[in-house]
Amino acid sequence: MKKEKPKLIREDGLRHDGRRPDELRPIRMEVGVLSNANGSALVEYGKTKVIAAVYGPRELHPRHISLPDRAVIRCRYHMAPFSTEERKNPAPSRREIELSKVIREALEAAVFTELYPRATIDVFIEVLQADGGTRTTGITAAALALADAGIPLRDLVAGVAVGKVDGVLVLDIDQLEDEYGEADMPVAMMPSLGKITLLQLNGVLTPEEFREALKLAEKGIKEIYRMQREALKKKYVEIKPEET
Amino acid sequence: MSTTPSNIPILPKLKKESIRTLVAKGIRIDGRKLNEYRKIVIEPNYIPKAEGSALVRMGDTVVLVGVKMEVGQPFPDTPNEGVLMVNAEFVPLASPTFEPGPPDENAIELARVIDRSLREIRVIDLEKLAIIPGEKVWMVWVDIYVLNHAGNLLDASSLAAMAALMVTKMPKVEVSEQGEVKVDKSVHVGSLPLNHRVVTVTVGKLDEYLLVDPTDEEELVLDAKLAVSVSEDGRIAGMQKMGPGDFTVDEVYKAVNLALETGKELHSILEEYVAKR
Repeated sequence: MKKEKPKLIREDGLRHDGRRPDELRPIRMEVGVLSNANGSALVEYGKTKVIAAVYGPRELHPRHISLPDRAVIRCRYHMAPFSTEERKNPAPSRREIELSKVIREALEAAVFTELYPRATIDVFIEVLQADGGTRTTGITAAALALADAGIPLRDLVAGVAVGKVDGVLVLDIDQLEDEYGEADMPVAMMPSLGKITLLQLNGVLTPEEFREALKLAEKGIKEIYRMQREALKKKYVEIKPEET
Repeated sequence: MSTTPSNIPILPKLKKESIRTLVAKGIRIDGRKLNEYRKIVIEPNYIPKAEGSALVRMGDTVVLVGVKMEVGQPFPDTPNEGVLMVNAEFVPLASPTFEPGPPDENAIELARVIDRSLREIRVIDLEKLAIIPGEKVWMVWVDIYVLNHAGNLLDASSLAAMAALMVTKMPKVEVSEQGEVKVDKSVHVGSLPLNHRVVTVTVGKLDEYLLVDPTDEEELVLDAKLAVSVSEDGRIAGMQKMGPGDFTVDEVYKAVNLALETGKELHSILEEYVAKR
């Protein structure tokens, strides 16, 4: 039976977990977490935990799917069977197939693929724990992994989902807000170029609400972008003392 | 795994350039304006054996949608509601680039974008589709069949799906005292209950220009696309950015406004071809 819809905006105007409408969850990022991959990153938005790894540029097989003037990007978004409330069948679902495509397209805009003709750059995203915003967390992690792999990028890509819950636009929705809210709008951008590389809307918004929602997403993405740059720098700051 | 497509048809460089230079002047290679759709024809009830159907021609693009109604079990979290299922098949006869086999990522994306646009605003009044609450409900199967790919499959499919739902007839159903459900598809009892109408407008971006209803050749030149689903009351019922490129924030606002404006035309075509029929 359907559970009773919980109150998503409390009497005091805060959200069910105590956040302000325009507040992100606690975010943690770590770069270079896997030794085999050319680049990797672990990113957490609250309870959502995603790991991403990049292999490449490397040779592509079968050859006939390579491109003569640029690299192809292969991307897999996948959820671990234990990442959700009920066990998720590890076979790729229709949702995962769609998300792999939109994430690939969101990253492809940032990569200078023309530098590596006939090669492939493989991006693997594994959702280890899902609590809303897994695709945007995955994009943030994958962009860090690409940068960690030393692949030239036009800009980093950072993502966040904006939602509408109990009539209020809120930043960085979690699973409860996604499940019982009226709209879920994942956005990814190349923040310093001001370019949107992923935009989806699952739900209904008036044109005015949409403008507000996009502004809110931009604000959140700028904060996440700052954390991404810090996380990338931190890897090298930590190495430095050993050298001297 | 999603891979950058490599089986894309080759478009001569000269043609690519002429598409570009013309769009910069505000015209298209087929003479249309940037905000102009190709000629749209809807043939409702194209497949009388289906409970609902419609064939849409958008220029040379042809999409057929059939709606089948079946009795099934409700989802555990919505025991008193019918079930909506949307599936798309890019059959190999529609394009030299389509191959037989299960739906690829493009077909899955198209079906899911349309599914969300119908589901989120509750186009179908699913609460009226319970037969025995918690046990037996109507399942509405929307099957999208692309017959000829000449560009803008999403808008044509969305329009065909909406038209097919608008003409869908409810088969007669009886529940016996023992709780057996008997369906008689030869007798109809009214139409599928609908709350809203939704159309999808895909806006293409080429350099700094925005255009609607791209042909297959134009799609090969576009940087990116933004699909916006528009309800009859002017709300945004779903969105999806498609293609490897990007949009500035300002371009997104412009694209959404263009879609909301153009969506009105598609709604009036639905009214003319389907509702008033």
